[in-house]
Amino acid sequence: MSDHDYRPKSKVGQWFNDRLPLLTLANHLTDYPTPKNLNYWWTFGGILTFCLITQIVTGLTLAMHYIAHADMAFESVEHIMRDVNYGWLIRYIHANGASMFFLAVYIHIFRSLFYGSYKSPREIIWILGIIIYLLMMAAAFMGYVLPWGQMSFWGATVITNLFSAIPLVGEGIVTWLWGGYSVDNPTLTRFFTLHYLIPFLILGLVVLHIWALHVPGNNNPVGIDIKKPSKDTVPFHPYIVIKDGFALLMFMIVFAFFVFYAPNILGHADNYIEANPMVTPAHIVPEWYLLPFYAILRSVPDKLLGVVAMLSAILILAVLPWLDTSKIRSAVFRPLYKQFYWILVADVLILGYVGAMPAEGLYLLIARVATAYYFLHFLVILPVLGFKEKTLPVPLSITEPVLGGSPNLAAARNKESKIE
Amino acid sequence: MSEKKTKRRDFLFTATTAVGAVGAAAVVWPMIDQMNPDASVKALASTEVDVSSLTPGNTLTVLWRGKPVFIRRRTQEEIDEARSVKMEDLIHPEKDEDRAKNPEWLVMLGVCTHLGCVPLNDKGDYNGWFCPCHGSHYDTSGRIRKGPAPWNMEVPKYEFVNANTIKIG
Amino acid sequence: MKTLYKFFSIIVIIIASNSHSFAAEKVEYLKTDWSFKGLFGKFDRASLQRGYQVYTEVCASCHSMKYLSYRNLAEKGGPEFPEDQAKAIAASFEVTDGPNSDGEMFTRPGKLSDKFVMPYENVKAAQAANGGAYPPDMSVLVKARGGGVDYIYSLLQGYEKAPEGVTLDDGVYYNKYMYGNKIRMAAPLSDGLVEYVDGTNATVEQMSKDVTTFLMWSAEPHLEARHQMGFKAIVYLIILTVLVYFSMKKIWSRVESEV
Repeated sequence: MSDHDYRPKSKVGQWFNDRLPLLTLANHLTDYPTPKNLNYWWTFGGILTFCLITQIVTGLTLAMHYIAHADMAFESVEHIMRDVNYGWLIRYIHANGASMFFLAVYIHIFRSLFYGSYKSPREIIWILGIIIYLLMMAAAFMGYVLPWGQMSFWGATVITNLFSAIPLVGEGIVTWLWGGYSVDNPTLTRFFTLHYLIPFLILGLVVLHIWALHVPGNNNPVGIDIKKPSKDTVPFHPYIVIKDGFALLMFMIVFAFFVFYAPNILGHADNYIEANPMVTPAHIVPEWYLLPFYAILRSVPDKLLGVVAMLSAILILAVLPWLDTSKIRSAVFRPLYKQFYWILVADVLILGYVGAMPAEGLYLLIARVATAYYFLHFLVILPVLGFKEKTLPVPLSITEPVLGGSPNLAAARNKESKIE
Repeated sequence: MSEKKTKRRDFLFTATTAVGAVGAAAVVWPMIDQMNPDASVKALASTEVDVSSLTPGNTLTVLWRGKPVFIRRRTQEEIDEARSVKMEDLIHPEKDEDRAKNPEWLVMLGVCTHLGCVPLNDKGDYNGWFCPCHGSHYDTSGRIRKGPAPWNMEVPKYEFVNANTIKIG
Repeated sequence: MKTLYKFFSIIVIIIASNSHSFAAEKVEYLKTDWSFKGLFGKFDRASLQRGYQVYTEVCASCHSMKYLSYRNLAEKGGPEFPEDQAKAIAASFEVTDGPNSDGEMFTRPGKLSDKFVMPYENVKAAQAANGGAYPPDMSVLVKARGGGVDYIYSLLQGYEKAPEGVTLDDGVYYNKYMYGNKIRMAAPLSDGLVEYVDGTNATVEQMSKDVTTFLMWSAEPHLEARHQMGFKAIVYLIILTVLVYFSMKKIWSRVESEV
């Protein structure tokens, strides 16, 4: 890395950079040596940055028109949709943007799971990511409350009631969260405040996430350590910038389709009915991105244990780097892990599906099996696999298969190009 | 050959950058325009005022577009005073005949053209209005005569719907 | 790349199946061709104007539309009544205004900037006048029902004699498409109920279609602008994507290995 010897060419630049090394930072970011074999799954980091900025910008503009009051919130959203110049556009971008954000973050997380990006020396990056993910869920949940429709109100009621599962102090905590004896105006105003705050916390954590990434550098599809800079790397600009840009544009086409042609398909019709504390909608469902956890919550018949299971399902990810005992990062060289990986993907999708279904009969049974498997994967399969699995030989370099290209390596490379 | 190739590449990059910049600009506009007056605000552009109870020498203040509007029923004395002023004495020369089509009625925005305060009635050196914020004096036609304000108080679009009702806007 | 597509399609299927799965015992709604569907969908102006007539002559006696203003009737992308006609419509309603300088409320003819006059002062009054059931506000009704326009369109034509074994209380009616089949609203439409200004034959089917179109517009007044902008935005994005793709190929051609 040439970070430390970088010197701006101009006198003014040198003067400025000696006092605040912003130019050194910019130089570091543009020259940042990136593995040249990164595939498109790696573009989601950039896409997520775009999502965060989009949400912040549209959110700020919406906040200029939104009124956080139980009597006026619903009406002010209608005012945005009808009267504010381009209000409908900004709101639909913001609402669908939340879904796109989660779509991207799930791909990002599952990419990390496939290529073992959470493993040493990248544990801190991973844990920061999990915290960001938790904050995203909090922000999304509180944001969904703000339009003060039926789903907002009852979603808020149900989720805040989770805390009542805590023995002894639970009820007190719920009353404290509400600022009253039910979800009402005080709840709405505090949710608005926190919904406004959290994205900036996320932004700060994203900076740390990227900082932590730039210490060891990117993992890559082969999962081996590479020398940087070397033949194996390309400078971030222009190579990765243009590639991320291309992927981002593809992503934006999907995004635009939702915003312009199906803006309400990801939402729930009941949220266009103003909140009514006297009537609960027939089917209470969270937004799609929370469904797997909702399924886990409902699959446990005990109130407290259900909440514990749901939280554990997320928090277990934080200790994943220590649960996975394998020394090999990339699933490309772990034939067994690869199978289990896809089973886990299917398991999570199934959980999401049953989360949207009524919690009864066959659906409940499936939810229970899928929940059990979810924990089994992390607590039993991963630790055991590290010892038992016979992994494929790993190449020494990503540019040339040193040691003269084993047949296994050729097979691995074939698989690689398929994923790309 | 290689020179030609470079040129084509340069053109491609220029085109990509240009098209990208156009899109970025197009995205910025809605974010700016959302702060402009919205459709419901624009729709409130006119208001009707009943002035039947206003006697000469008195001023009625009504709210229009969130700003005070002075409706002054002037006495003959005030009209004469306003109409006898020479144009060269004015900071912002405007004939009283142009400001008050019906000389008895003066309708204007009660907003000082200096920094937007509301001037006080029947005050100041010219028997008209006086702005307490920075000391601007207006005459009986609402024209600036002394002080930091650059222009006369603005006359909005208005009309008499009938003898007793003025429609502003 | 292939797995990427697979992944996306799985997600899309999951989402699509979820959004349709809520109506458990789903009935087939009546079908009609809506002019506002599709990439270039636009409202049928004449249908919107007729729909407004149905709303105001039939629905408005019980159902409010509190987020609409009379000015909306003349706005682009809506029924587009000429401005003086919209003014006349507004003026035909008595609007409560005030307080005046004596501190009293008074009524005056409506103006374009006024919100649609509500049939009842508040929800309680509406309930009291309708045997306890609140006729829902119709401003965003189409978006507030899972089946959207097809549901509303079908519901208006779904009144039937209750089948054997179904007992109905007083003031409750049987409707094929209503959730639970029991509805507190009597069949609101009957052939020839409205005399259309433009001479269209006012069948129940025609009125249902017109008023549903009107409700779609009231729920989504910027639908036409959205469709037009969406098409431009997506065409633009595709062009830029192609340009960026070739730029990317050029740039990466400097590196010897495959991307």
